[in-house]
Amino acid sequence: MFYRESGDFKTTYAKDTQTFPIKLDRMGYYTILAIAFVVIPTMLVMNVGGGANYWTNAILLPFLIWAIASIGLNILVGYCGQLSLGSGGFMAVGAYASYKLMTSFPDLSIFIIVLLSGAITAGVGILFGLPSLRIKGFYLAVATLAAQFFLVWMFNKVQWFYNYSASGQISAPTRSVFGFEVTGATASAEAKYLFCLVLLVGVAWVARNLTRGRIGRSWMAIRDMDIAAEIIGVAPLKTKLSAFGISSFFIGIAGALFFAVYLGAAEVGEAFGIQKSFLLLFMVIIGGLGSIFGSIIGAAFMVLMPVLLKNIMVGQLNWATDIAAHFEFVFVGALIIIFLILEPHGLAQLWRLLKEKLRLWPFPH
Amino acid sequence: MKLTKLATFAVTAVMAASPVLADLVFPALSYRTGPYAANGIPFADGYADYFTLVNERDGGIGGLPAQVLECETGYNTEKGVECYESTKGEGALVYQPLSTGITYQLIPKATADGIPIHSMGYGRTSAANGDVFGNVFNYPANYWNGASIAINHLLEINGGDLSGKSISLVYHNSAYGKEPIRTLEVLSEKHGYDLTLQPVDHPGQEQKSQWLQIRRERPDYVIMWGWGVMNTVAIQEAVNIRFPMENFIGIWWSGSENDVIPAGVGANGYKSLTFHGVGDGYPVYDDIQKYVVDTGKTAGAGDQIGTVIYNRGMYAAMLAVEAVKTAQAIHGVADITPAMMRDGMEALEMSEEKMASLGLPNFGPAFSVSCENHGGPGLGAVAQWDAEAGSWNMISEYGPSDMDVIQALIDDDSAAYAAENNIESQCN
Repeated sequence: MFYRESGDFKTTYAKDTQTFPIKLDRMGYYTILAIAFVVIPTMLVMNVGGGANYWTNAILLPFLIWAIASIGLNILVGYCGQLSLGSGGFMAVGAYASYKLMTSFPDLSIFIIVLLSGAITAGVGILFGLPSLRIKGFYLAVATLAAQFFLVWMFNKVQWFYNYSASGQISAPTRSVFGFEVTGATASAEAKYLFCLVLLVGVAWVARNLTRGRIGRSWMAIRDMDIAAEIIGVAPLKTKLSAFGISSFFIGIAGALFFAVYLGAAEVGEAFGIQKSFLLLFMVIIGGLGSIFGSIIGAAFMVLMPVLLKNIMVGQLNWATDIAAHFEFVFVGALIIIFLILEPHGLAQLWRLLKEKLRLWPFPH
Repeated sequence: MKLTKLATFAVTAVMAASPVLADLVFPALSYRTGPYAANGIPFADGYADYFTLVNERDGGIGGLPAQVLECETGYNTEKGVECYESTKGEGALVYQPLSTGITYQLIPKATADGIPIHSMGYGRTSAANGDVFGNVFNYPANYWNGASIAINHLLEINGGDLSGKSISLVYHNSAYGKEPIRTLEVLSEKHGYDLTLQPVDHPGQEQKSQWLQIRRERPDYVIMWGWGVMNTVAIQEAVNIRFPMENFIGIWWSGSENDVIPAGVGANGYKSLTFHGVGDGYPVYDDIQKYVVDTGKTAGAGDQIGTVIYNRGMYAAMLAVEAVKTAQAIHGVADITPAMMRDGMEALEMSEEKMASLGLPNFGPAFSVSCENHGGPGLGAVAQWDAEAGSWNMISEYGPSDMDVIQALIDDDSAAYAAENNIESQCN
């Protein structure tokens, strides 16, 4: 009743093949964009409730950045079927690339720096994707795990990457785009938020259109059965490496933002360790493999749920911080298990089912 | 996504709407969970208990009650950011994150927000140069002092000559553990010892290969920069390879009861640096017993009182309270702002008499802070673990560190930071 496509006629092919063919979906999409681009920045500028910095730095930025990374990994794992545990290492590549670029070219716009960091990460990703031509499944996961450990070790060991600083820490200097500071301590909340939002929307748009086109279809062919795909003329070399490259490009962008915009200072072992690879994989699995919307909602779940639980338990119920921290693990863990038992295909599938139900409601027969 | 956001919005709106009291707010970015909790808990307890004592005994500081806002970081930098952002709006006067990684992250943020940081014996060592780091303090001693004091102790044992000796540094492979390397390298050129590095990755439970190498190379001395579970494991491994414990020296963060007790009698003779007194033989503990323990207001379980790290947490709180008093005296108001707190920290003077009047006679060296020197005098002593008695004993007086070497390094590093971030001189 509320959600239906009847009466929504298409008169051209272009209209029929658009990303959101149903009018209601399209309206929802534009509404969310309007909220994200107009309402939230206005609230941040006006500093509603006095929490603009908290909202940006503790909630919105990690969510946006993890959503970008999660879209990246979903391309590799969800669309192309190549299991990867090296995402933390690839994020580190993005972070260190952006640090080296920022300090070597102080006048370069941060926007270009972030994209270049993504490109460098794409190169590294392709390099570590080479074994995928020979090995599959769990064995590939182990090979990418090696990439994770190697990259972290390298950024710790080779002093050139952190400009020979005594502590091995990298800190992001102040850089701007179109005159607005987005990195460094003096950057405003709304500038940081909008910068990450623009990149997320760009990444999601590119990813969505890639997966609807020839490249995406060849990824899915490889995922579903690589031998059959090869027989029908999909080149595994090009397909797998393009998945690794594009996925790493997005993850590299996320890594650069994570370091430069969100954290401001980082050390590789702590910020980009193996736990980040797992966290990202959980986001993709909980959100829904092979779904852009799932990537975003998975990131939201894994980033926002702990913060929400903490605020409720410590802020509202006044629990001791250690008990709250332990319960956070319990709750998040339990929620993950419950969600995966109820819906193994992730939150995106729940959303799809909901739409299906709404389409028939209130007369299901 | 929308629901979660809405719910969080509602929660934060309620939080923001709650009334702001005219308290002196001290956020405690503590960690009572995770691999570093063994050291995080006693520090957090000591920090909170001292403020409770001041509230109960003196009715607050200058008549205003102190309020400790505890926020769990788990020694994790992202949670550290979240904690900083959520507490800074509450009128936070000073941040003591007890984590070098979080300190690095907060230095630019807190400087922009005008809130001082006190990283006591940790953090960025070159912050001792107040001319560059106007908002960051690391008195009374820093890592590079610690490295030099350890070497000085070895010099003393060896009659002033370390040439030909070999020293191994076992360190946490992070900003924290890497801090002393440059100092130890410069000192090795000066004194002619041979330095080998043994990094241990977070969290530090895997150290077999490092200690196997130590067993093979048989260095004369091992110095350790460890924290949390890494300390316990390292001391146990050293016992396992029968490394002579009196040749094993830990930085002040690697020398608490929780680190040595698990290794049993084998840990007897292990040495650790310290920049304050050990044990509970100070008059202030009677007050803590009377006003905090007996009234049931302890922050934790109350089982950590008198341990090394508890003492340090208490010391950190005591220095903060004294800085508040100094600030109140300078500005003539009780309800101080973070900027006034900064002035108070910069004008802080800790004399023997002051410490005695606080019930902590000879607890730490007397020192004063100035605009140029935010690092204090850098004095430290060596304590040794007596496994039979289960206590730490001071085996040396507070000695100086090699400031010729350290000051040059501090100037270099802070000048590089100033150039990178366009910081002008803060003192002129």
